[in-house]
Amino acid sequence: MDIAWMAWTWQTGIFFACIALCLTTMTVLAIRYPENDHYGVLGIPTTRGDRLFLSLVGSAFIHLLWIGFVGANPLVTLAGGVEISSLWLASILSLVYASAVFRWV
Amino acid sequence: MEKPLNNRAWFLVMPVALIVAFNAILPLMTVVNYSVQDTFGNNQFFWNGTGWFKDLLDPNAELGGRFLAALGRNVSFSLIILSIEVPLGILVSLCMPKKGPGVAACLVIMALPLLVPWNVVGTIWQIFARTDIGLLGWTVSHLGINYNYTNEFFSAWFTIILMDVWHWTSLIALLCYAGLKSSPDAFYQAARIDGASRWSVFRAIELPKLNRVLLIGVLLRFMDSFMIYTEPFVVTGGGPGNSTTGVSIDLVKIALGQFDLGKAAAMSIVYNLIILSTCWVFYTVMTNVDAPDRPRDAKDGAL
Repeated sequence: MDIAWMAWTWQTGIFFACIALCLTTMTVLAIRYPENDHYGVLGIPTTRGDRLFLSLVGSAFIHLLWIGFVGANPLVTLAGGVEISSLWLASILSLVYASAVFRWV
Repeated sequence: MEKPLNNRAWFLVMPVALIVAFNAILPLMTVVNYSVQDTFGNNQFFWNGTGWFKDLLDPNAELGGRFLAALGRNVSFSLIILSIEVPLGILVSLCMPKKGPGVAACLVIMALPLLVPWNVVGTIWQIFARTDIGLLGWTVSHLGINYNYTNEFFSAWFTIILMDVWHWTSLIALLCYAGLKSSPDAFYQAARIDGASRWSVFRAIELPKLNRVLLIGVLLRFMDSFMIYTEPFVVTGGGPGNSTTGVSIDLVKIALGQFDLGKAAAMSIVYNLIILSTCWVFYTVMTNVDAPDRPRDAKDGAL
């Protein structure tokens, strides 16, 4: 089967593998530990899945806003010329945001 | 504590999930792959990292300026048509007969514009608003008004807004009519006994009844107008200049006209995110607006 048209890169491959891992974890959790709706700061009923959705969409916006307002210039250059983009700071921010969503929403 | 819900029944939707994977998830993944690369065709791709997103979100870049302007036009269009269609739809539904033979006639006439396909609506208005052979265009320009949707900004906007109002006000009106029909007569009798004015009947009885249907109506109209493509494409082709080019028209120009798959992919991902989050907000408000008070012990039911 020729999937050249899908234009895979290892970076997007890792990205989608992480999403798939999240979804699988959620499925296993839902079977092993069923849950009730949870009411957090927003006052709306949320499940783990809702909170994952909010975390993912929010993280996408955090990354886009970071690119828009801060940019994605290299933060540091490691030995061997490997550049670490400042966008990783947005990823760390997203993790903080996601844990806040899971804790309080 | 409430017994937790067993969600295993969701496994029964697996066959549908497979179909969705084929027609939506795989293409979406491809779009994400495109958005970080550049191509000159022939399935050869070159890594571009976050380059397209940088261009897209920078108002001074060619792509960014274009995208943000189109997004602005889309948002303005949606807000304008909502602010016309919602009050007008409510007004029309209040004027529709509640009983008698007029009801059926009214419903059929109201439903007619909803049955006309988008491209046909576009063609109708394209001809109707022409200054040489169109009744509307001819009349307006003979009144001495400079009206020409092919080369004048306000005429173009006036035409596509009028067209959308003609096409979709009935939807709001029909939804509101259904909402109004559901309020029992006793409410109105009580209001008459109290000597309530027409306005307070509307405020206290009718508007609360319309709450839910209006949310659905606003959601439908917002989403539909935010992704509008066919009608302006047929009538103005996005012109004059770019003045009626919305995001979806621009997207097609970039993806299929210029074959800039990377740029178009980045643009459609951002567009999709905006729509996704707007839908989520609407849906959440809609499902929680009339929800009964939450159970007392559900507060820490998740753990």
